[in-house]
Amino acid sequence: MKPAPFELVRPATVDDAVAVLADPAADAKPLAGGQSLVPLLAMRLATPATLVDLNTIGSLTGIDDTADERVRFGAMTRQSTLVRSRRHGLVAHASAWIGHTAIRSRGTIGGSVAHADPSAELPSVAVACDGVIGVAGPDGSRTIAAVDLFESMLETTLRSDEIITEVTLRRPQRWGFAEFARRDGDFALVLAVIAEVADGWRVVLGGVGPTPWRCRDAERLLDDSATDMSGLDEAILDAVADTVETFDDVHASAEYRRAMAAEFTARALADMADREPGDA
Amino acid sequence: MRDVELAVNGRVRALRVDDRHTLADALREQLGLTGTHLGCEHGVCGACTVLVDGEPVRSCLMFAAQAVDAEITTIEGLAQPDGTLHPVQQAFSDCHGLQCGFCTPGFVLTAVHLVETHVVDAAAGPLDRDAIRHELSGNICRCTGYQGIVDAVERAVEIRLR
Repeated sequence: MKPAPFELVRPATVDDAVAVLADPAADAKPLAGGQSLVPLLAMRLATPATLVDLNTIGSLTGIDDTADERVRFGAMTRQSTLVRSRRHGLVAHASAWIGHTAIRSRGTIGGSVAHADPSAELPSVAVACDGVIGVAGPDGSRTIAAVDLFESMLETTLRSDEIITEVTLRRPQRWGFAEFARRDGDFALVLAVIAEVADGWRVVLGGVGPTPWRCRDAERLLDDSATDMSGLDEAILDAVADTVETFDDVHASAEYRRAMAAEFTARALADMADREPGDA
Repeated sequence: MRDVELAVNGRVRALRVDDRHTLADALREQLGLTGTHLGCEHGVCGACTVLVDGEPVRSCLMFAAQAVDAEITTIEGLAQPDGTLHPVQQAFSDCHGLQCGFCTPGFVLTAVHLVETHVVDAAAGPLDRDAIRHELSGNICRCTGYQGIVDAVERAVEIRLR
């Protein structure tokens, strides 16, 4: 299995990368860590004429704190760095669930978000942490809220001549995470992220629909609880089970996914209860 | 086609690669380093794992032209020049950590990174059998000789900490 022929362009700057992507004659796609795109090339499910390698652009790496208490991740920050850096407890914890060590050595935060697999960890984490996605294109840069980026399964609102330059996330005061995959390192059948961010709670489930799904009813229950969360768990799980719109496929029935969505929401709540505040 | 220089097992090698050649293709077909095995060629089986700047990487998911600024270690680069095996190789031999051998180079390089990371950071906790199985779960052995492989990694840690 070999990719169809293509030209590899290795630009030094974001502007150079965008210029190639904006040239219709180039028929170009951006290449981040390659852990999803290269298999698609090998199976010839994707046959771009040009690949724009983002690995040579130094300005796309680095992690720093912003003035408004967020953490800014350069788009080409490796998932192995996310796990090791501990700059954002939820990101570090969730990233350790991505694939295997050898996948995380190359895979990046921007690549995972751009690929928009609804069963992947980082898209759901980005939605739960009110992610803001920095994007560069031929007309300059803009930002997209994570919740507006994910359009459908593997589909985003990015234009074909844009690249993600950074992912900026709130640091939750409290969070919990739980995931089920049939084999170690597989994409999740279902994953749940619960986070208390600046102005309220986020309850996000991955793997149940075409994009990361926010359970607004469960969020409202948590928001209305002020500080007393006792006795809430049952109502939260009911809210998830009653409102999730999920699907049948070869891996699981919709009914099984619905039951697992509620169960893994319960486990994420339990995970949150077990964590020290310092984990944020 | 483009001319590149790759630093492989401590030697800089000049070669001419097609843009679509993976690192695995260049290692095997241009440099004759056929110890790197290709199983699935789409990142699932782990057989082609090599070390790039000390980190395990699927060499089927990286293009050769992307490896120009990196130090690459393949299975051929582990033993001493006099033939003395790397501790991980010795442990695989001692514990019968291989049967047909096809998956072995990928397992050994994954294990080298795991063992060396653990030796540097032993304070991170014991490398028990569950942790070893978890770390090796990205490498598939179709002989299913996993018991011997897990034994070998435990033994390699013992050898390195001795």
